[in-house]
Amino acid sequence: MSSEAIRLERLGKQYRLGEARGAFTYGSLRDTVAQAASTSWRRLRGAAPARREVPTLWALRDVSFTVAPGEVVGIIGRNGAGKSTLLKILSRITRPTVGTAEFHGRLGSLLEVGTGFHPELSGRDNIYLNGAILGMRRAEIQRKFDDIVDFSGVRAFIDTPVKRYSSGMYVRLAFAVAAHLEPDILVIDEVLAVGDAAFQKQCLGKMQEVSRTGRTILFVSHNMPAVTRLCQRALLLADGAVVQDGPAEQVVARYLTSELGTTALREWASDDPAAPGNEWVRLRAVRVVDEHGHTVESVDVRRPVGIEIAFEVKRGEQPFVPGIALMNDQGSAVFSAMDTDPRWRQPCEPGRYTSTAWIPGNLLNEGTIVASIALGTFTPGGKTLRHATANDAVAFQVIDPGEGGTARGDYAGVWSAPVRPLLDWVTERSTRP
Amino acid sequence: MSETSLPVTRVVPPTGWAELRLAELVEYRELAAFLVWRDVKVRYKQTALGVAWAILQPLATMVLFTIVFGRLAGLPSDGTPYPLFALVGLLPWQVFAGSLTGAAQSLVGSAGLITKVYFPRLVVPLASALATLVDFFVASIVLAGLMAYYRVMPTAAVVTLPLFLALALTTALGVGLWFAALNVRYRDVQYVLPFFMQLWLFASPVAYSTSLIHSPLARAVYGLNPMAGAIQGFRWALLGAPPPGVLLWPSVAVAAALFLSGLFFFKRMEETFADVI
Repeated sequence: MSSEAIRLERLGKQYRLGEARGAFTYGSLRDTVAQAASTSWRRLRGAAPARREVPTLWALRDVSFTVAPGEVVGIIGRNGAGKSTLLKILSRITRPTVGTAEFHGRLGSLLEVGTGFHPELSGRDNIYLNGAILGMRRAEIQRKFDDIVDFSGVRAFIDTPVKRYSSGMYVRLAFAVAAHLEPDILVIDEVLAVGDAAFQKQCLGKMQEVSRTGRTILFVSHNMPAVTRLCQRALLLADGAVVQDGPAEQVVARYLTSELGTTALREWASDDPAAPGNEWVRLRAVRVVDEHGHTVESVDVRRPVGIEIAFEVKRGEQPFVPGIALMNDQGSAVFSAMDTDPRWRQPCEPGRYTSTAWIPGNLLNEGTIVASIALGTFTPGGKTLRHATANDAVAFQVIDPGEGGTARGDYAGVWSAPVRPLLDWVTERSTRP
Repeated sequence: MSETSLPVTRVVPPTGWAELRLAELVEYRELAAFLVWRDVKVRYKQTALGVAWAILQPLATMVLFTIVFGRLAGLPSDGTPYPLFALVGLLPWQVFAGSLTGAAQSLVGSAGLITKVYFPRLVVPLASALATLVDFFVASIVLAGLMAYYRVMPTAAVVTLPLFLALALTTALGVGLWFAALNVRYRDVQYVLPFFMQLWLFASPVAYSTSLIHSPLARAVYGLNPMAGAIQGFRWALLGAPPPGVLLWPSVAVAAALFLSGLFFFKRMEETFADVI
């Protein structure tokens, strides 16, 4: 009885780098012969043969994890972190240098859309060819042929050579074949990077459908909202090692905030001269909090989230109005806000204050939000006197778990714009013609 | 949910020994068939003459050989008309040369597949080699026509023809596998290949007859070229030329050695293809 679909044990993969040479390594025959000759010549002269250290790189190091059947796992990390190498080993395209990988059942890998498509062949022929390459039986392809063609939406051109297809048609046909592969384990590498928004929507929809049928999926992507929506669990790879393994939204949040260099909590010691502020007021801490007051790196789009500002008033001769300004990961301003409470019209008493701005649920869009903080005073001339500013003080992720109850509805595609409020829609049907 | 029924696949580091895993090759026979079908279907796409090329090539070479070697050099042709003699030599030669060259270049030509999908890599050169058989069968029609024209009937030995075809193919695959695996590392192979095939053509009895070599010892040595045995076999089976005799066993032995060594070398290098190609 096995409760694992995939098990990796201390998996490692070493690559030789660049112009490494030696018998049966890289390079042309001439170089190998020349090197062999020079080594023999050195030996002949009694000199020690020159030992050339071949520069190597561990693309994967000591990677161990297991995946349960039916789990959908996202693999994230920067370019070069080892994500693709991991998938290549699981797909048996390349062998590991050390360690073992084990999986139960048929594994289908989709490292590229349209592998083995031949431009001269018709769409029909390519469905068969590509299906066979992906590991489908002929009878299986025959059975699914009509579904594949319908899914691709290129029925009118099915007997045209694919070299005459537009790139969009090509990609749709290729994905249609792959989408009808029914392996026990599906391994997907960044296929969503190609194609337009409509195609991405179709891909994500299909993947959601596949994941609901209880298949195990490993999914590499740079599309973080997609990872959090599709995967329960995520692995963060850095320099070939797994640095975090846990619930997708936490791992994604940690990855994104570490990429930004900003986290959900920022504190300054009380004697820190670098703390934002002046002789009147200084910032002590900024936190992103949930309804229970816990610091959170990520928040469900449907739940409110608070930006908590702790500051210390040293000279209470002026009022200090707290304000926030939010920006998304595209650098677009989301909104800015300040506390309009009349108390901030009066000079503050010296002491410690904590002020939290609550952002309601179903207002922000998915993705990374970076918050900047300011404490200011309005002067009688209509100007603002800024006492303390902390740009990009904290960041957090807004996540749509795809359970409904959001402005997304059942749409799975890309959703741009800084905010995504859930509005009340009222529709009336006019009875007049 | 019970997962015990699902087959377990283990991915481990290469052991250093070549594992042939031929059963897996059988499992992937449909892929091999599809690749052969693709090669055949694509070969003469967007050409004006199409499959006629499969006929024109041996026919033109036959005409050239007849003029140069038959007329000008006056080489003997074992009592058959020289054009027929040349064509019976050219057909196995072209299937051999085509399979060998195709297999040798197949891996590098399929780099896109090899770096993206898993399957036994042996499928690729195997499919390339087999795809050239189609040309052979098409060209055989010309041969049948020419034999009818000269009123030459094949002898009863014609039933052995598939064996000599197999001898040529085995040799082609053996050498093709060596070159295919080497080509992944050393693209020099692409430059060596045409020259190499030209030398081998003249070392094989395509334009001339093996009856030029008399002593049994010299014939046995000449038989170390498997194509000597194969071509002589073709002429024996189709034209009633003397049987390959002492030529044959060295040919068979060398073909088997080339094939097995090629197979093991290929399997040994297989693990590195995706990383190096």
